[in-house]
Amino acid sequence: MIGRTTMQSDNELTEFVTFTVAGQIFGLPIARVQDVFKPFHMTRVPLAGAEIAGVLNLRGRIVTAIDMRNRLAVKKREGGEAPMAIGIEAKGESFGLLVDAVGEVLKLSDMQREPNPINLDPKLAGLSSGVYRLEGQLLVVLDIDRVLDLRGEAVAA
Amino acid sequence: MDDLLQEFLTETNESLERVDAELVRFEQEPNNGQILGNIFRLVHTIKGTCGFLALPRLETLAHAAENLMGKFRDGMPVTTEAVTLILSTIDRIKAILEVIGAEEREPEGDDRDLIGLLATWSQREDLKPQSQPRAEEAERPRPTPGVHAIDEATDSDAPLLEKQTAEKSLADKRSAERSDDERERVASHSIRVNVDTLDHLMTTVSELVLTRNQLLELVRRHEDSDFKVPLQRLSNVTAELQEGVMKTRMQPIGNAWQKLPRIVRDLSAELGKQIELEMTGADTELDRQVLEMVKDPLTHLVRNCADHGIESAAERLAAGKPLRGTIRLTACHEGGHIIIEIADDGRGLNVERIRAKAIEHGFASESEIAAKSEAETCNLIFTPGFSTAAKVTSISGRGVGMDVVRANMEQIGGTVDLKSVPGGGTTFTIKIPLTLAIVSALIVEAGGERFAIPQLSVLELVRASNGGDHRIERLKDTPVLRLRNKLLPLINLKETLQLGGSEADKGFVVVTQVGSQIFGIVVDGVLHTEEIVIKPMSSKLRHIAAFSGTTILGDGTVIMIIDPNGVAQTIGRAMPVARANEIELDDDGTADEDLTPLLVFRAGSQQPKAVLLSLVSRLEEIDCRQIEISDGGHLLQYRDQLMPLLRIDTQTAIKHEGAQPILVFSDNGRSMGLVVDEIVDIVEQRLDIEVASDQPGVLGYAVVKGTATEIVDIGHFLPQAFADWFRWRDGRAAPRSRRVLLVDDSAFFRDLLAPLIKAAGYHVIAVASAARALDTIKSGPPIDIVVTDIEMPEMDGFEFAAALRENPRTSAVPVIALSAMVSADAIERGRGVGFHDFVAKFDRTGLIAAIKEQSGDLHQAA
Repeated sequence: MIGRTTMQSDNELTEFVTFTVAGQIFGLPIARVQDVFKPFHMTRVPLAGAEIAGVLNLRGRIVTAIDMRNRLAVKKREGGEAPMAIGIEAKGESFGLLVDAVGEVLKLSDMQREPNPINLDPKLAGLSSGVYRLEGQLLVVLDIDRVLDLRGEAVAA
Repeated sequence: MDDLLQEFLTETNESLERVDAELVRFEQEPNNGQILGNIFRLVHTIKGTCGFLALPRLETLAHAAENLMGKFRDGMPVTTEAVTLILSTIDRIKAILEVIGAEEREPEGDDRDLIGLLATWSQREDLKPQSQPRAEEAERPRPTPGVHAIDEATDSDAPLLEKQTAEKSLADKRSAERSDDERERVASHSIRVNVDTLDHLMTTVSELVLTRNQLLELVRRHEDSDFKVPLQRLSNVTAELQEGVMKTRMQPIGNAWQKLPRIVRDLSAELGKQIELEMTGADTELDRQVLEMVKDPLTHLVRNCADHGIESAAERLAAGKPLRGTIRLTACHEGGHIIIEIADDGRGLNVERIRAKAIEHGFASESEIAAKSEAETCNLIFTPGFSTAAKVTSISGRGVGMDVVRANMEQIGGTVDLKSVPGGGTTFTIKIPLTLAIVSALIVEAGGERFAIPQLSVLELVRASNGGDHRIERLKDTPVLRLRNKLLPLINLKETLQLGGSEADKGFVVVTQVGSQIFGIVVDGVLHTEEIVIKPMSSKLRHIAAFSGTTILGDGTVIMIIDPNGVAQTIGRAMPVARANEIELDDDGTADEDLTPLLVFRAGSQQPKAVLLSLVSRLEEIDCRQIEISDGGHLLQYRDQLMPLLRIDTQTAIKHEGAQPILVFSDNGRSMGLVVDEIVDIVEQRLDIEVASDQPGVLGYAVVKGTATEIVDIGHFLPQAFADWFRWRDGRAAPRSRRVLLVDDSAFFRDLLAPLIKAAGYHVIAVASAARALDTIKSGPPIDIVVTDIEMPEMDGFEFAAALRENPRTSAVPVIALSAMVSADAIERGRGVGFHDFVAKFDRTGLIAAIKEQSGDLHQAA
């Protein structure tokens, strides 16, 4: 009985919403994703940190947009606003992660998830809770709570 | 928590608050049977319900209180002591309830003390009721042994007692229900709704308002839309709904007042004063969120009136006032605001003491104080850290100051103001918005972005342009606007928010008031006003002081709501006068004390001249036609006084037409104007007077911003304006010439202070170091008083004072320390080495007063 349960959980599949930022593939457990939307009419917030791209209205909710390129410390997107945003909710607030493109939803087995490789970029490693080896590329599982912890970063910086 | 228990707690707490208020009334009108009946019923209900819920301790206590109340109802005379006893019983009940609320059980311990007292009172022969006791009373065991039995039961035989009381309570409850029948009929028209439900409803309505705004915006763009009529209807219904939901959140202000009669009663007993509390407009309604915010400040203000405002009976008698002091509390609606007034008929504020205190604590420099009207001076009590009570009493000195009252009011967009009539009383006026959730806002544009400024804090809008009536001028880099003869500091929103863009000297000035501070926010454009729904700020943005929230506009975009309070904070440091004070005030050493703010101007020659900015109380530009000539001197009617106008030298011409800039120097209500050609700049820099001058009126020359600048000695001009400038205040002849030794390494201060001390009638010997001072003492005639700087090279003030102590010739000479930083530490250390007094460097009156006091002149005069 116990054995079977363990077997099952080992084989359990998690669905990931995948997206790319500066060529890198990331995954977010689908349970944490509220919606995927195209950000527009974004209002920039003066005096806010550089990670905050602005605030916008998504069906009456105010969403704080976080620029994932800035958050991952990669170079700025060329030309205009980010094409896509992933909406998430944390502690009763709405956030939108600005990404370059949203990909398909992947079902991946928990068993195949590996810890961060030792040579993973430290900035990336700080926001990752593991990786999957896909064909020819590495999918980084994003730890959303750490992504949203902007203050900790600021103190460390 | 158990629903039943929860409901009991809510109900009981409400009942208790009512009892509090009623009891105080009862004490005043002991023969009012109706009040007594109400109180009795309330206590009785508490007791009855306790039995059901197995709260034995609470029940016993309520029972004992009810017994005594019963005696009163039966005709026993009501005394103050008895009411006090019942009040303390109710306090105990409250304390127990609090624990039950938190832990869902009664706290340990017993109430023998109170129950014993209550029983003794019920028993007192001398106060025997005139009429026959009720039958119910007769059934009960005789109180004293009975109380014991119950007490023991509380500790050990709880279950047994519970059963007994439960049975009894049932009966009690039934009778209580009967007597409450009438009230119930009224009560059935209202229901209890959870606050969360109302809050949620409010949020939903806010969303609806937003959506409505969005639709209206859409339709505005399509003139002939079919939607127009139904949308208009929707709009009206939404407005009605919004109003309705707001109403559900409205509570009478009386809810916040319930505790006050009790507090005032306790205070009058504690302070030995007779105080009456009159309340009108208790049914004035306001949003419960706002209500919560005003509760504590109101209590504080009432305490304050009772403690500081109302005089003792003896004092009132002497002043020919009625013995009983009155605190009057009124509330009414006015526009979108509610106005609450707390007025007492006491002694009024002591303006002189506030002045002295403000100077002593460095809240304002002497010249600033002098320039303030009485009303402005009174408002100083709202400064953080200000308290004029000579001693901190347990009543209003609990660390909660008037500054907290003001801060709380400002937080909800309200204001607090005061009016004081010496001997006639003080009136505090609080003005607060009815609600916080939806406010009217001005939508402005700056740097291509839109922002909302809540209209509550906006006084007026001024269009500023180069050619127009209102021009944005600059003092150093700080923009100012001359508005009706006042210099208004300006904040450029673009700059404050770092939005970049060219710095235009035109645009709109949103004149904003935060507390007593008035300033202008410069924006590029003012678009329109809109009813906005305030949405809380994202937690990631909450640290930005300039914003108080976010909102969604009719067109769907999100914009930030400007917090005028926060904006004022960000610029507070850049304001010219405020900055000058800060350097004086800052005693923790964070400000660079070496920097001296200077006002640079031109007068007579092209060479720039400068004065210490802290000495200047105002910059004015006057109409030349107002200048009058009398006795060969120039005079100006200024603030209902004749102010002499002086020229730096004969080269400075007083203009005959147009505007004449002047620097105003004020001291204790008297002002002098110094005529200048042009005000150039405000510079903050280290002041080194490099070339001293023998020319009267000139201290010397210093390099200011790369140019040799003449440093003007204001001390030279003051006596010219009023021959008795330094003396008139004392109203008596100068004391005999005593010798004051002034030690300061800064030539500037020596030269500033020496004439001042001299003008007060002393002989001054000024030296540049402690070593020179010791030499002077050794070789010269005896010195009466030493005034010394603390921060000096080689031997500092502390060492110098210690050296003086060691020399028997000088050990008795009083030493006054001068310091730019009067910190508690320094004072402590100074006392140790024998400083007799500490005076802040800029505090001229303080220095003279200290010299007088130390030389004993004050005592002679007294």
